[in-house]
Amino acid sequence: MSVSFKVNGKAVTVDAPSDMPLLWVLRDVLDLKGTKFGCGVAQCGACTVHLKGVPVRSCQIPVSSLNGLEITTIEGLSTDGTHPLQIAWQEIDVPQCGYCQAGQIMSAAALLEQKKKPTDADIDQAMGGNICRCATYNRIRKAIHRAADIKNGGASTTAPSGAAK
Amino acid sequence: MTISPIVDRRDFLRVIAVAGGGVLFGAYARRLDAAPAGAPLVADPFVPNAFIRIMPDGKVTIIGKNPEGGQGIKTSLPMIIAEELDVDWKMVTVEQAISDQSKYGVQFEGGSLSTPMNYDLMRQIGASARFMLVAAAAKTWGVPDSECTTAHGAVTHAASKRTLPYGKLLATAATITPPEMVPAVNGPPGVSKLALKDPKNFKILGTRVPQVDDKKIVTGKPLFGIDVVVPNMHYAVFEKCAVFGGKVVSANIDRIKAMPGVKAAFVVEGGDALDGLLSGVAIVADSWWHAKTARAQLQITWNEGATAQESSEGYTKRATELSKLPAEKVVRKDGDIDAALKGAAHTAEGAYYYPFISHATLEPQNCTANFKDGKLEIWAPTQMPQPGRQLVSKTMGIAENDITIHLTRIGGGFGRRLKNDYMVEAAWIARQAGLPVKLLWTREDDMHHDHYRQAGYYWLKGGVDAKGALVAWRNHFVMDSVAANQFPARFIPNYQLETSALPHGVPIGALRAPGSNGLAFVIQSFIDELAHAAGKDPLQFRIDLLSQTLVASTGPADARIMDAERMKGVLELVREKSGWGKKKLPKGTGMGVAFHFSHAGYFAEVVQATVSAKGVLKIDKVWVAGDIGRQITNLSGAENQGQGAAIDGISEALGQEITINAGRVVQNNFDSYQLIRMPVAPPVEVHFRLTDNPPTGLGEPALPPVIPALCNAIFEATGKRIRSLPIGTQLNG
Ligand code: FES
Ligand code: FES
Repeated sequence: MSVSFKVNGKAVTVDAPSDMPLLWVLRDVLDLKGTKFGCGVAQCGACTVHLKGVPVRSCQIPVSSLNGLEITTIEGLSTDGTHPLQIAWQEIDVPQCGYCQAGQIMSAAALLEQKKKPTDADIDQAMGGNICRCATYNRIRKAIHRAADIKNGGASTTAPSGAAK
Repeated sequence: MTISPIVDRRDFLRVIAVAGGGVLFGAYARRLDAAPAGAPLVADPFVPNAFIRIMPDGKVTIIGKNPEGGQGIKTSLPMIIAEELDVDWKMVTVEQAISDQSKYGVQFEGGSLSTPMNYDLMRQIGASARFMLVAAAAKTWGVPDSECTTAHGAVTHAASKRTLPYGKLLATAATITPPEMVPAVNGPPGVSKLALKDPKNFKILGTRVPQVDDKKIVTGKPLFGIDVVVPNMHYAVFEKCAVFGGKVVSANIDRIKAMPGVKAAFVVEGGDALDGLLSGVAIVADSWWHAKTARAQLQITWNEGATAQESSEGYTKRATELSKLPAEKVVRKDGDIDAALKGAAHTAEGAYYYPFISHATLEPQNCTANFKDGKLEIWAPTQMPQPGRQLVSKTMGIAENDITIHLTRIGGGFGRRLKNDYMVEAAWIARQAGLPVKLLWTREDDMHHDHYRQAGYYWLKGGVDAKGALVAWRNHFVMDSVAANQFPARFIPNYQLETSALPHGVPIGALRAPGSNGLAFVIQSFIDELAHAAGKDPLQFRIDLLSQTLVASTGPADARIMDAERMKGVLELVREKSGWGKKKLPKGTGMGVAFHFSHAGYFAEVVQATVSAKGVLKIDKVWVAGDIGRQITNLSGAENQGQGAAIDGISEALGQEITINAGRVVQNNFDSYQLIRMPVAPPVEVHFRLTDNPPTGLGEPALPPVIPALCNAIFEATGKRIRSLPIGTQLNG
């Protein structure tokens, strides 16, 4: 079926099987590879995107329900990788393999929209649906706090890519 | 730019010009030997081995030789080269090597070996290039090499106050005779032997350097195997028998071929090796979703084979029977175990068990392959590219030279991708379908067709004397084998290690700290039982044990045998950092300690845990103390590995278990196979003790001790001894 919706502010029309999840529309039809497949059953959070600012598991949203929706993916979180979370993630060097991190950041971004200064309990609550198999949880937590600081006016000290002390 | 070749009749470092006017420093020059002297040398993408490329603008490209799966090696090995090359890290761009061992030496991710095998080699490679740049500057200025120094990617002659950046020295550097090479163990065939930097002058090593791919990761750029796109790419799924190694008898292929989007569907006969190409049905479609949808209509009759009756329950029953029989093998026998147990002041006894577990890398297994004109091109997230090439070559009858393997970033390895089953499947399917194909497993495929961490059953007896010294230890291990000098062998005068085999049909593979990740739980928990039997402080009891007179080593000499002094060092460090014995803990809270030596790394860890009256476990904190030699390559990466390993170990202990029923895996996905999540993950403090020993790896050795440290903490908190993993619901009620 043919559906029209918005991804990262751009209108798109795609022709895809009605039961194809948004995850695969993004990855294989629109070639937006940032959103990841981990489980396909809403258990890992690797496929997290925003639907009008709310974090959702894109592996659970079929094409048939996409008409008119506004979706934001990791590629659309900022135009140039300068969302406070993206800065904090690099500053603190959060990733190990990195596979879960787009989903983590999308969940965290929705949290920061709701809470200016999230507590550890808020973070537990908001991030519990995102698995990091490499277990970078300590740094994810630290980076969310750091991003909240940056967002609230704290200085960012992001290092140039590939180099930092 | 074209520069003259170095006339190079030995295995010397070489310099060649590359497109764009840069100079490329590599390690050997076998092909150049054959080149006629004086022939112009231009960019040649086939020229073997290049780790460094310097451009006229001073930008430096360094090749990361090994596969990157989250252990940080794509950052840390180039850091070592950059250090000796004496450039600033911000001048460096890192490029991932393709799989080519003739250029880069052995390339793999495993065994925490990338650092120990490459540390000296990477230094030499950086120093070789620096040597030539210094010589080029000296020649330009007509001064001795020895009067020139380097820093920040430039050569300086202090006496005459002259400085030239590397980028201005390229043409001259290309005329310098490279330094002589000596054979390197495990590396490329030869590297130069040069004076290296005094570590106290290191500017990059030992600092915190974020991973070179961080920006791409946080902005969602394609990096991983699953992200690969090639022209005209199609998508494949592959259904194998739920019973390991079962074979297709028949399948409704015609029905599948008629499904929307399907381009090809066929039976793959496959072979018998569980880590090779197995029997199954392949479906190739215009989208992965179409392939997966078609797969739901598959009807296959299987010949499930001989293991279809096996079950976890059956293994346990058989192991228990074996425990009551005399052991099949006595692996090691020191002193007189029976007499010592009889004469001991206090004894303890325990039956321990840990289950099969799955790697569950977050990126499911996948591979992209294209077969064209007799040649295969492969894009694979593999930890072991060369054995993958050999497997594909042997299975498909394609010469190794005709197989190109691109190394993608790996969405978690943990040992899963030491196997290349997904690679040979993708290659086979692409050739038979006549299309470029990306094969992607579902999470369920991944959980059902892993090469699992081996399960293990142990029956232990131990004794301490009246002074509280550990004098007797008997271990009957039922499953496979264990090394004769595995700790606590050598430290206990009356020691007997026995094994009995329990054959089964479950495919087994290395999982992060293989062997150790289960063994440490058993040994360090039982040591705790004996410490309590002796009425001693568990940490001091361990130090005392490590101070006992050594029994001679038996069996083959092992260079990686544990040094008790280094282990005592990390135990003391973790004692200090955790405040062991100094804190007044509330009721229901306890601290546990454990240590383990693996992959040449020394780790002692303390866990503090609280168990509520209702049996709810909260892990308050973990302290990790490690000794991996004299130099931490990248402090940021090292801390991340230490934290990740500790939390990963806790994850295994809390909830991970693969059970077998009717010859197949019961768990399907992350709902039935529970990985640790944010609310449960404790804060982890990581400390290193630098000792004057060669730098060793860190991916694995920090994991094993955390599991017994947690179980020992639970004992302190509740008096309940965990002898079987996972902990699961054992604390409830
Ligand atoms: S892939 Fe959607 S939650 Fe795991
Ligand atoms: S960084 Fe590997 S899964 Fe999170």
